[in-house]
Amino acid sequence: MAREQEMAASATRLDSMAAASTLPTPSFPGGFELPLAFRLPRIGSVDAVALEARAAELAKRSIKKDSKLAALELAVRMMDLTTLEGADTPGKVSALCSKAIRPDPVDRTVPSVAAVCVYPNLVAGAKARLAGSGVKVASVATAFPSGQTSTALKVAEVREVVVLGADEVDMVIDRGAFLSGRYSKVYDEICQVKEACGEAHLKVILETGELGTYDNVRRASLLAMAAGADFVKTSTGKVSPAATLPVTLCMLEAVRDVHDETGRVVGMKPAGGIRTAKQAIQYLCVLHETLGTQWMTPDLFRFGASSLLNDVLMQIRKQKTGVYQSLDYFTSD
Amino acid sequence: MTDVRQRTSPLEWEYAPAPEARDIVKFQERYGLFIGGELVEPRSKEWFPTISPATEEQLAEVALAGAEDVDAAVGAARNAFENGWSTLRPAERAKYLYRIARLLQERSRELAVAESLNGGKPIKESRDVDVPLAAAHFFYYAGWADKLEYAFPNRRPAPLGVAGQIIPWNFPLLMLAWKIAPALAAGNTVVLKPAETTPLTALIFADVCRQAELPAGVVNIITGDGSTGAHLVRHRGLDKIAFTGSTEVGKAIQRELAGTGTRLTLELGGKAANIVFDDCALDQAIEGIVNGIYFNQGHVCCAGSRLLVQEPIAELLIAKLKRRLETLRLGDPLDKNTDIGAINSRAQLERIRELVASGEEEGAEIYQPPCVLPEKGYWFAPTVFTNVAQSYRIAQEEIFGPVLSVLTFRTPDEAIEKANNTAYGLSAGVWTEKGSRILCMAQRLRAGVVWANTFNRFDPASPFGGYKESGFGREGGRHGLEPYLRFEE
Repeated sequence: MAREQEMAASATRLDSMAAASTLPTPSFPGGFELPLAFRLPRIGSVDAVALEARAAELAKRSIKKDSKLAALELAVRMMDLTTLEGADTPGKVSALCSKAIRPDPVDRTVPSVAAVCVYPNLVAGAKARLAGSGVKVASVATAFPSGQTSTALKVAEVREVVVLGADEVDMVIDRGAFLSGRYSKVYDEICQVKEACGEAHLKVILETGELGTYDNVRRASLLAMAAGADFVKTSTGKVSPAATLPVTLCMLEAVRDVHDETGRVVGMKPAGGIRTAKQAIQYLCVLHETLGTQWMTPDLFRFGASSLLNDVLMQIRKQKTGVYQSLDYFTSD
Repeated sequence: MTDVRQRTSPLEWEYAPAPEARDIVKFQERYGLFIGGELVEPRSKEWFPTISPATEEQLAEVALAGAEDVDAAVGAARNAFENGWSTLRPAERAKYLYRIARLLQERSRELAVAESLNGGKPIKESRDVDVPLAAAHFFYYAGWADKLEYAFPNRRPAPLGVAGQIIPWNFPLLMLAWKIAPALAAGNTVVLKPAETTPLTALIFADVCRQAELPAGVVNIITGDGSTGAHLVRHRGLDKIAFTGSTEVGKAIQRELAGTGTRLTLELGGKAANIVFDDCALDQAIEGIVNGIYFNQGHVCCAGSRLLVQEPIAELLIAKLKRRLETLRLGDPLDKNTDIGAINSRAQLERIRELVASGEEEGAEIYQPPCVLPEKGYWFAPTVFTNVAQSYRIAQEEIFGPVLSVLTFRTPDEAIEKANNTAYGLSAGVWTEKGSRILCMAQRLRAGVVWANTFNRFDPASPFGGYKESGFGREGGRHGLEPYLRFEE
């Protein structure tokens, strides 16, 4: 009898713990927190087959005429024009900035891109070149692309790029820590970087190509958002596979769950491997049908790409004039 | 610096119409009956119009076969069976089936457009599911044609003779393939009656048979209404009847054939339970639920029309499901972005309306996303009923439309009990990340097909068929050959 009472009491305690699990952990003498409640964002799991089937289905949307032109122009406005090479020079970055401001010199109605994304020591030059244009400067940081250095050095690097004028910081998560289950290490690091960013916007690169499963991608996305990410981003572009439609869909579903539960609005940036206008439109379809109109803005969705821009420009001109022109008629920078 | 978030207004993005060109299909004004290798005028002298359910526009006129026509078709099939087809070298039979399969692929766009025009289903489904699967069935059974002895070791298979086959309007070409491919592979000849509302792809198939130089009379196609089907069932010159359609008609056929010795297989209705456990991959389960009930406007005998959700996630899942329904695009079946097409016929639309009204009357809570239904044609918005009790008609009767009934359960035992508590037993779905639970549930569910973490997936190699009032006999796979063979001991 006494044992039954004890069990009943412990069941009640579990219930109240579950109900209160959104609050800071209370102290339970002799007990511990056991989060059983079904609430979002739940870590949950992802079914790979069904996820890929859904992404493939959305990739078959047929976007024509006005809706295509609108999508292509939005894709330009959402672009983070990127150069991340060991061979980058101030000259190369300056040329890229010109392209970013006026992507198509022949057609001035084509808007500027969202941002230029460079390595830290090219931030100052890019900032000067882009002054007054509205185009942001994004800098990779935190020992990009591997992230294999101490947290202190990573935070210091972030501080430096912010001082140099970066509007946006693209950090990488510590995949080593993540894959060995040290989630709190990953979380703490993102928190510290976020703090170091100050006003600058933080994009957290998960490097999904190294995470192995969609379950991990979802877990890492939730972790990054919980730690304060303004954007979650698929890849560095240095690892294959980089961005894919299913991985983007998986991350957008995590973004949606976070928004549903907490009201927090987080952006998304697929990066790497997106080279054609057709692909860009497929990503926009996935975005549109997963998160809806609210997310159809460069404030909440970006493409990390370099060669994508000219293909989009070519398609825009095709939509406007009805004929294709060769790449010779678009500047390569 | 200001917050960069929400600085620019989002794009209100509408998809422009993206219709598949329909000029690839040239319907004749009138189609006769395909008997003995050619289209012939019906002896009944009767014709009836066939329309597009999306616009109510007439597409063509087709013959209404009477008793004499049925007799002529059975005669042609018998003649072809006895004079050549049944004794043809099996590898030769395979050759024809491979030819038909390839021709279906070559003419796939034409067939897909015709299917969507005549049946109302979205072009993305006829293009990506119906037509490729139909071709796959012919390829698959072509492979068995010369291997029948290996399919049934130590038994000597022989063809039955002439098979009468009656197919429904929900997957006109695919059901034709399910019926004709195994029958021909096993060495039978057939008389096939397509559904009254969807005869056109079967008539294009008649042309495919001609192109493939299939011997005359091996495949005969007679169009008509219920009376034509009744003539066929009553014809005593058949060795076998295969029927896919409603349970009511299936029972009538079985009564008619009792004691005649004519073999029978029936693939009838269903009221499948789609069981979602609290540990499932939630967003993917939502997709599976949508695919389970809104695929082909719910005109699917194995549709997941009863959703059983474990209580802890019920609220969350229903909220997600409702939001997902808002993104479904209803409209022109030929538009490549259409997710939900037209209801197949006025009669079916009336039936759906009647059952939905009964659901509301009995106290279930209805939800339909905001969507504009076209003025002409037959349309029904995707519908979800919550607070459904097991005793409501919408939980018991087959609606055969885009209408989902949501019930909840607490334990696996309760889920099994509710799932099996139906007169039907065609299919079921289980959503859980726990493999052992999938196996345990599959063993206890009284359904011919159990899908795990997916729904409405078909493959020619996989047998399909039901328990209880869902019928008997299996189609697809090696099992699908058996109803078309007798075994000489």
